[in-house]
Amino acid sequence: MAVRVQFENNNEVGVFSKLTNAYCLVAIGGSENFYSVFEAELAETIPVVHVSIGGCRIIGRMSVANKNGLLVPSSTTDTELQHIRNSLPDNVKVQRVEERLSALGNVIACNDYVALVHPDLDRDTEEILADTLNVEVFRQTVAGNVLVGSYAALSNRGGLVHPKTTIQDQDELSSLLQVPLVAGTVNRGSEVVAAGMVVNDWCAFCGLDTTSTEISVIESVFKINDGKPTAINSTMRASLIDSMS
Amino acid sequence: MEYITPENILDTSSTRILCCQCAVPIEANPSNMCVACLRAHVDITDGIPKQATLFFCRGCERYLQPPAEWIVCALESRELLALCLKRLKGLNRVKLIDAGFAWTEPHSKRIKVKLTVQGEVMGGAVLQQTFIVEFNIQHQMCDACHRSEAQDYWRALVQVRQRANNRKTFYYLEQLILKHKAHENTLGIKPNHDGLDFFYVSENHARKMVDFLHSVLPIKCQHSKKLISHDIHSNIYNYKFTFSIEIVPLSKDSVVCLPKKLTHQLGSISPICLVHRVTSTIHLIDPNTGQVCDVSSTNYWRNPFTPICNPKQLVEYIVMDIDILKDNEKKSFPGQGMVSNKHVVADVWVVKASELGLDVSPVHTRTHLGHILKPGDTVLGYNLSDSNVNDTNLDKLDSSVVPDVFLVKKYYGEKAARRRARNWKLKHMAEELHEGLSSTNDDYNEFLDDLEEDPAFRQNINIFKDANKVPVDTDEIDPTLPRITLAEMLDDLNIEDVEMSEV
Repeated sequence: MAVRVQFENNNEVGVFSKLTNAYCLVAIGGSENFYSVFEAELAETIPVVHVSIGGCRIIGRMSVANKNGLLVPSSTTDTELQHIRNSLPDNVKVQRVEERLSALGNVIACNDYVALVHPDLDRDTEEILADTLNVEVFRQTVAGNVLVGSYAALSNRGGLVHPKTTIQDQDELSSLLQVPLVAGTVNRGSEVVAAGMVVNDWCAFCGLDTTSTEISVIESVFKINDGKPTAINSTMRASLIDSMS
Repeated sequence: MEYITPENILDTSSTRILCCQCAVPIEANPSNMCVACLRAHVDITDGIPKQATLFFCRGCERYLQPPAEWIVCALESRELLALCLKRLKGLNRVKLIDAGFAWTEPHSKRIKVKLTVQGEVMGGAVLQQTFIVEFNIQHQMCDACHRSEAQDYWRALVQVRQRANNRKTFYYLEQLILKHKAHENTLGIKPNHDGLDFFYVSENHARKMVDFLHSVLPIKCQHSKKLISHDIHSNIYNYKFTFSIEIVPLSKDSVVCLPKKLTHQLGSISPICLVHRVTSTIHLIDPNTGQVCDVSSTNYWRNPFTPICNPKQLVEYIVMDIDILKDNEKKSFPGQGMVSNKHVVADVWVVKASELGLDVSPVHTRTHLGHILKPGDTVLGYNLSDSNVNDTNLDKLDSSVVPDVFLVKKYYGEKAARRRARNWKLKHMAEELHEGLSSTNDDYNEFLDDLEEDPAFRQNINIFKDANKVPVDTDEIDPTLPRITLAEMLDDLNIEDVEMSEV
């Protein structure tokens, strides 16, 4: 299920939130609308947590996360780190890294198994990343852009990349990630796909400007349509019809 | 020829994404929309008006180019297209690729211009669009037509006046104006009682004329303006300007009596002087001593003086005897002004031509014409002893200083003979103007005589060969007559149209 949402009139929802299969981080905004949308969708399954990093709201761009762990930049204060540790499930490792490229969300794109990173990322960070998030790390670019975290939105079931990514690049990346990729846009033609949306294995949130075409592309590549409704349609259908008749 | 299948087109290496609006597969572009959606979404001609107005003056068939210029342009001409494009605001925000006229009925008062523009939309995509702008032609009378309709042509007037008995100065002025083409901007020239009126469209042109007059004649200028209308909101005032110009009331060959103060300023010249020439200054000569002086216009208007005798009063005298003054006989004193070396001072004894043969004793006088006079010559002069002069300066003078006879110039025989021998002519600004000016033709002929007699006087004037003149046998012409040499004359431009024979 892909949901349209806006953060204080801003469509770049990937900037203000971080979504994984185990937890969801949401920036502290002026109103609770943004948080409420996430909570309504996710509260039954995973914790939705208010977070700030270094006093900033742009948590989605500053941090990198999957179900195994969370990396935050060195600007994160001790209280913020403590709050995060307290709020997240116990099996999630939270780690602070000293990295020159401090907007970790922009330079790293990952799902629960593989991470694509900026070619200039520090060796130490790469090791911490591999240890904390339990991922295989590849130095890559997307459509010639080094900010792989901005131009690729990944889940364990699929990925959306920059619209100018060539077929060859897509093939190469999808063979690394072992998930299907598609080039596309969010927010009515915006090419910074990771900033315009957040996604996990069963749910996606994108900006309010996103058109129905873009939604359908997102749902098909991340396969979030075949959650419960498709289960009802296919596997449970026969028994349902049997019992009703 | 190779047939390209649709699959081939799709199989290019570049990615195809879905248009974010209509889900058509397209190549990624900066807006990530297909062209059709982009067109529907943004209009690059948004800020450009699709209708505009052109103002057209029916009187002179010109178009208004704001703010105030009226230009002539034919339908479907480059100029009209330029004018139309200038009228469109917002064209600077897009790149104009092409512009042309769409045909409209000439009487429809509509002009349609087809424009092709390129504009950058949504982060770098360039969109091209063609559209038509309709211009509505409205009538508006231009300023010039409005003025002529209101019988209100001129805005500045130069009134040139001379309060004198003859017109020689005006004839001279006419020639100067012709030579310097100072009459180019005039709307019209109108002869008036003792003077001329020059009409102009703008004050600047009139000022230029006044400056010209200042440089060639001793004049006095007064400036005035009359408010015709005004607009207090925009601070626009509409005036008519008038320049009143007074030329000094002296002409060549007049006799003047100078105020005592002025004679001191002018190198203690004798108070009774002859006006030898009038150019930008007044040239005076004292026949007694040959002393000359120049009176500038400012100097004149500070101490004005009037002529005591005018060329109308000239009387013929016959020279009975002449005795050229020797150098030691010439009086000179410290502080004396310049003495002319072109003139020779002489003692003469003359008799009135009318009294020749009667038993009268010749009258003695001094003259500056010693170099051209010989016994038996006729000379023109004023009879001061018999004339009744009203002049305050003269009244203050001791009567013994005033000569009985004042000789002015040599008389070169019959006027008709001179006119016959004259093989040159002058140009005129307008013939009818000339008719109006010359109350008597004598003035004009005397002016021509003066030109022949004084080379310095004619140096500022264009003299033309008179081709129509029947060549006179040179033997008949008195060799002593002053004549203008052929080298000083110009050839007149003569365009002849040969009559075509009828078929």
